[in-house]
Amino acid sequence: MDLGKQDPVTGRVTTGHEWNGIEELETPIPRVVFFFLGAAFLVSVICWFLYPTWPLIWTYSKGLLGIDQRVTVTEQVERATEARSVWTAQVLDKSYADIEADPALMHLVTETGRTLFVDKCAACHGVNATGGPGFPDLAAKAWLWDGEPEAIEETIRVGINSTNDDTRTSQMLAFGRDGILPADEVGDVVAYVRSLSGLQPAEGDAARLDKGRQVFADNCVACHGEDAKGNKDVGAPDLTDANWLYGSDVQSVFSTVYSGRQGHMPNWGAKLSPLDIKILTLYVHTLKGAEN
Amino acid sequence: MVRFVSGLTVTERQVALVVLLALSLIGLAMAAAGRGDPMGAQGFIVMIFSVGLGFAVMSGYYAPEPDESRLSRYYDDPTKVGIVLTMIWAVIGMAVGVWVAALLAWPDLTFDAAWASFGRLRPVHTSGVIFGFGGNALIATSFHVLQRTSRARLPDQFTPWFVLIGYNLFCIVAASGYLMGVTQSKEYAEPEWYADIWLVIVWVAYFLLYLRTLARRKEPHIYVANWYYMAFILVVAVLHIVNNLAVPVSFAHAKSYSLFSGVQDAMTEWWYGHNAVAFFLTSGFLGMMYYYLPKRAGRPIFSYRLSIISFWGITFLYMWAGSHHLHYTALPQWVQTLGMTFSIMLLVPSWASAGNALATLNGAWHKVRDDATLRFMMVAAVFYGLSTFEGSFMAIRPVNSLSHYTDWTVGHVHAGALGWVAMITFGSIYALVPWMWKRQAMYSSRLVEVHFWLALAGTIVYVFAMWNSGIIQGLMWRTYNDGGTLAYSFIDSMVAMHPYYIARAFGGLLFLSGAVVGTYNVWMTIRAAHAEAAAGETGADVPIAAGSGAMQAGE
Ligand code: HEC
Ligand code: HEC
Ligand code: HEM
Repeated sequence: MDLGKQDPVTGRVTTGHEWNGIEELETPIPRVVFFFLGAAFLVSVICWFLYPTWPLIWTYSKGLLGIDQRVTVTEQVERATEARSVWTAQVLDKSYADIEADPALMHLVTETGRTLFVDKCAACHGVNATGGPGFPDLAAKAWLWDGEPEAIEETIRVGINSTNDDTRTSQMLAFGRDGILPADEVGDVVAYVRSLSGLQPAEGDAARLDKGRQVFADNCVACHGEDAKGNKDVGAPDLTDANWLYGSDVQSVFSTVYSGRQGHMPNWGAKLSPLDIKILTLYVHTLKGAEN
Repeated sequence: MVRFVSGLTVTERQVALVVLLALSLIGLAMAAAGRGDPMGAQGFIVMIFSVGLGFAVMSGYYAPEPDESRLSRYYDDPTKVGIVLTMIWAVIGMAVGVWVAALLAWPDLTFDAAWASFGRLRPVHTSGVIFGFGGNALIATSFHVLQRTSRARLPDQFTPWFVLIGYNLFCIVAASGYLMGVTQSKEYAEPEWYADIWLVIVWVAYFLLYLRTLARRKEPHIYVANWYYMAFILVVAVLHIVNNLAVPVSFAHAKSYSLFSGVQDAMTEWWYGHNAVAFFLTSGFLGMMYYYLPKRAGRPIFSYRLSIISFWGITFLYMWAGSHHLHYTALPQWVQTLGMTFSIMLLVPSWASAGNALATLNGAWHKVRDDATLRFMMVAAVFYGLSTFEGSFMAIRPVNSLSHYTDWTVGHVHAGALGWVAMITFGSIYALVPWMWKRQAMYSSRLVEVHFWLALAGTIVYVFAMWNSGIIQGLMWRTYNDGGTLAYSFIDSMVAMHPYYIARAFGGLLFLSGAVVGTYNVWMTIRAAHAEAAAGETGADVPIAAGSGAMQAGE
């Protein structure tokens, strides 16, 4: 083994060891390494003095700045709430009508409402609140329950068929599955219901309309009303308009009447602050749908 | 198969059969006791695996004993198999990576099947690449480097197989379990208790094998690469055991509950998680780099002293840094400050290692230009430097408040994973394969070049996509409107990330294509070697002092 062989490229000598042809040079550690090691250590020591760092027996070193992340966060939240109170206090104090009449305030409400709605509600109602099968279009103003702000607030607070004690409850009965109506009568009433909003009739529908009207009068008017325009006290939808919660094709309407429906809307009273619920109510109430 | 079995002595074949029999009985017991639980299916997998291997051993059982002359050669069969397994896991793990990347861009691609959901496939990717690809590469190369730098043959022929195959059994049990929903829900420590126990056994055998070989070494000094490999094995054992302490619901159930809870659990997990990055993905691969890079470049290590202080610097400082994964959480703030400051100091030995590697190339830069294999290693060292700088930067609390929970982290991981871990591995494999199969060079050096550019392009596309996505995401999460409310909803940030997710999937596809090209190249090199085997051994490669003539060039 050639001890301290000289490397022609760098002019440095090797350590004299060799492993299967690999050698190592005796290059001293470059100064810059010590410099950065010292600098990094210095930065660390400064941090150790300034911030909480070292565990002691019963406590820990608190740091000269006296910073505590929990206190910092609490203070930041307080300060932010304080800054927002300029307008949030107004929202809490004023009536729905007054707020909606104040464009400057409504601008702030809508901005905030959008973020809240998309974070909390869009998973079901869609980013533009236009809903989807089983989830109502909130922009269409075809309300299941009342469309006044107070009623919307109530819906958001207690939910529909939710776990809240005061929940709104509604149910479309399973007329076929539960044996209330024979299948052919279900078919008749489906033909009739579809005719109410002027949908393209399916084959043979024309012949079933009279029987369907009778079945409807005997079974459905209690909830959907004589004129089939729905009943906002029990959340029964208007069956004469163009809005369909569960779809308007024969198969969907048949499923609705045969197997029943019961949509679930969570209750938000325990999860959102009264302020947030009020903002959401305003947001939902003033949504502009496709038609409006 | 038969060829590998006939390399074993008759006693070793018997030991192998006994171990496989015991393992298949364990599998049978798991399958029987765990009926109705994923444990049952896992038992079947263990059983099929060990019975299958049992048949393989039987098929060569009556082959004549290997002759004594084998003891004057290195034992490379496990390394060869390990290389092939590395490439197979690379393709599997990265293909699943591309798949989960596609799922993030097009979430409906799950075919409504539970096993194909993002949550189950993601750990198949992470374990597949880290443990399957990275682990096999480390085991295969460590056997090779250990023997060459100690000038000693492995002490027996059974243990290396036990380590390699036992380790792969762990990987298979882990990955198949994820698909069935078996997980401890600890990142990188997902496998359940029975797999963890098995890995401990394998790992202890691995460490003892290392010590036993070193004890037989004919070199007076232990080469630095072995220090890194040993730190990797030893520390991973400690981390693995502590973080996986858990109580199984019953011996017939896959589920277990961790011994730790709350913030202690989080801290244990990230002490483990961060040191897994440090000792699995860094220390082990530095060991690889310290052998294959100077070998391929034909240059001495730039500075022996630098390699020593970097080793101790990394080993000491990393242990403290894990808490930077828990900034601004329920973890007491003093632990966070400690993690932050040690992460800052960690940059110095990390850059010293990267610098030592690059300075070693002085006098060989013309080779870097012409030789894609060496270029793989050079680029790896550069990415190692980049991602350790980024890591130290992200550990600073205010920076972390922007980067944490965003894709920036994922980008950082992959600068390291693709740029450093995968590149140094591919470089080392391209150097190693011709040595192992006694070829002058790889089947096609053009294809190595193609692989290099695919890998580099893929890495750059991936990392830039995630930097953009992560920083946009982080900024959107902290932008307030005039009213003092967050301006963007979470979905808004998802919409903003979509194009970057598509770009990432594309970058990943490039990287994966590179790995496929590499696998083909390795395969063709092996085939050519087998076709030429009739021509007899070319050049001996034996553990005798260098300079006495019989040493093969290179290695
Ligand atoms: C888990 C899904 C889900 C989420 C989340 C959800 N909703 Fe609903 N929501 C429903 C369903 C379903 C209905 C219709 C219930 C029914 O069929 O009677 C409904 C009904 C409503 C109604 C009554 C519509 C009417 O015509 O009277 C309002 C108002 C409403 N949701 C507002 C909200 C707001 C505001 C949020 C966010 C805080 C929200 N919803 C979140 C599912 C959801
Ligand atoms: C007990 C009260 C009740 C009775 C009786 C009742 N419905 Fe309903 N119906 C509802 C409610 C409530 C809904 C809304 C369900 C929901 O939102 O989940 C509904 C929904 C429907 C819908 C779906 C509307 C859409 O937009 O998709 C149809 C169609 C319908 N009912 C038809 C009938 C017919 C036909 C009958 C008589 C055979 C009938 N209902 C009887 C309460 C009733
Ligand atoms: C084909 C190349 C690859 C692709 C397309 C890919 C893709 C992905 C994706 C989509 C994720 C999930 C990110 C998320 O949850 O948001 C991920 C995570 C991860 N990948 Fe990869 N990957 C590739 C290669 C690799 C390699 C080679 C390694 C390591 C050697 C690796 C290590 C990891 C790790 C550690 C994570 C977890 C990151 C975290 O939790 O922050 N990947 N990868």
